[in-house]
Amino acid sequence: MSATQETVSAGGARTARYFIYAALIILALVYLLPLYVMLSTSLKSLDEIRGGDMLAPPRDPSVAAWVRAWGEACIGVSCVGIKGYFWNSIKMVVPAVLISTLLGALNGYVLTKWRFPGHKLVFGMMLFACFIPFQAVLIPMARVLGTFGLSNSTAGLVLVHVIYGLGFTTLFFRNYYEAFPDELVKAAMIDGAGFFRIFWRILLPSSGPIIVVTIIYQFTNIWNDFLFGVSFSSGTSSPMTVALNNLVASSTGVKEYNVDMAAAVFAALPTLFVYVVAGRYFVRGLMAGAVKG
Amino acid sequence: MTTIEPVPALSPQGAPQRQGRTFADGVRNALPKIVLAPSFAVILVFVYGFILWTVYLSFTTSRILPVYKWGGFDAYFRLWSQPNWYVAMQNLAIFGVLYIGICIILGLGIAILMDQRIRAEGLLRPIFLYPMALSFVVTGTAWKWFLNPGLGLENTMHNLGWTSFKFDWLVNPKMAIYTVVIAGVWQASGFVMAMFLAGLRGIDGEIIKAAQIDGASTVSIYRRIIIPLLRPVFLSAFIVLAHMAIKSYDLVIALTGGGPGNATELPSTFMYSYTFTRNQMNVGSASAVMMLMGITAIIVPYLYSELRERKQ
Repeated sequence: MSATQETVSAGGARTARYFIYAALIILALVYLLPLYVMLSTSLKSLDEIRGGDMLAPPRDPSVAAWVRAWGEACIGVSCVGIKGYFWNSIKMVVPAVLISTLLGALNGYVLTKWRFPGHKLVFGMMLFACFIPFQAVLIPMARVLGTFGLSNSTAGLVLVHVIYGLGFTTLFFRNYYEAFPDELVKAAMIDGAGFFRIFWRILLPSSGPIIVVTIIYQFTNIWNDFLFGVSFSSGTSSPMTVALNNLVASSTGVKEYNVDMAAAVFAALPTLFVYVVAGRYFVRGLMAGAVKG
Repeated sequence: MTTIEPVPALSPQGAPQRQGRTFADGVRNALPKIVLAPSFAVILVFVYGFILWTVYLSFTTSRILPVYKWGGFDAYFRLWSQPNWYVAMQNLAIFGVLYIGICIILGLGIAILMDQRIRAEGLLRPIFLYPMALSFVVTGTAWKWFLNPGLGLENTMHNLGWTSFKFDWLVNPKMAIYTVVIAGVWQASGFVMAMFLAGLRGIDGEIIKAAQIDGASTVSIYRRIIIPLLRPVFLSAFIVLAHMAIKSYDLVIALTGGGPGNATELPSTFMYSYTFTRNQMNVGSASAVMMLMGITAIIVPYLYSELRERKQ
């Protein structure tokens, strides 16, 4: 409990308390509504959706739409569901997160414990890279991926996400290692430990929290990316977000709203799962992303 | 989360073992730079090099494919004579102002409510924050369904007996941009709330106690003392939101596809369609350069002051 809370609310009247709770509960319901509608629609039949009320709970909940979305829904011309795209996203996100996190840790270590003239400029340039609108690199990246035969491949997307994630991961580790006592590093040097030994044996073992934050941040960002996915992949090589958009935007045949919503749930599940399991760190990661490390 | 004053860094030269400068020492001294070099080189090429490449393309006559024939400012003249670009800029202004404004007001409001010794804070906070975990594509998809004129909110209101209720913003060219604002605010306001809540928790209670002893009411304490103290949080929130507003692409694509017509066109969707579907790559590049300039104008002064603060 912070001092602010105690002192400010000390004189709060009972009616004010009721108002506060009522306002918060109403707001919370509004924030939950889209998720509820998404979930309940995915569990309804098409007839029920067309005839019924969006807010009514499903009369006869069924996961039929989930099964269709996963294995049968038509994305473009192929009707094999979204499962392939889900795995594309997994295959993209895992290596991209691991590589960018490791590089970020090494960069942060150098930028705080092995400083050199101009380190501030180097860091500033890497930091600015976090904020550029990706539209400004889209065309050259498409050309380069094409030249190296990486267009429409998961490997190409991994490369892109590693490159444009480096700024963020470096920022996280740099801010974290800034607070790490130099004395420990100095002592290890006196004992004759070298650059890598100090990193593996001293810094990395105490980097747990920042590694978690970085992984969550990178995982969420890369999983949720759409722009790179839609620009550098096509057909069956697309990640999940692109497939979902293609599914929902397609105008051919009967619109299966329940299948659309089920696919959206699949696209949301991994990041929601991470958020539920590691919510605390998730917030911290977001804050670090806001240059508040 | 405050930044911690940097301790003087250990340079390799300052390392205690200084006896004899051998080749091994040289390598050891260079090792940190060797480790950092690949990342920095990648950023130099893929960020700064590519930006220059895009800038160059905007001065060429490129259409379907990049050609490197100088075209002067032609693409910029063409860009600024496009009615479509004006629609995009106007939409960005509407979206940006409302999105940033509402997110900050709502975020601050919820944070203040949450700061009143609320019992269920641990339960409420994640509820306001979870939309941030979802991708814009999922957010857009969910709101597209929720705002569906035939089956969504409108239909629900009709079923509840309010038969004259009409909510067709999603398909109404005059109102569609506001649906993007709604979905965007829903997605980001919880995060702004978290930033303000962290700011509120960081305020020194002594100042407030003193004001209370002087007989100030809760409202005036917030208005006169607490909110002014949150200035750095306002700045951070503004930076983050402004930068997200300029970049936002996925949300519009998933929610309205830029339509109806071009009613929800933004610079980001403009850039994509002119570059990849309308075969005017030089105009697309010019619009990307405009976006870059907008973001640079916001971010560079901010980063500069952030990095300087740490120095002293």
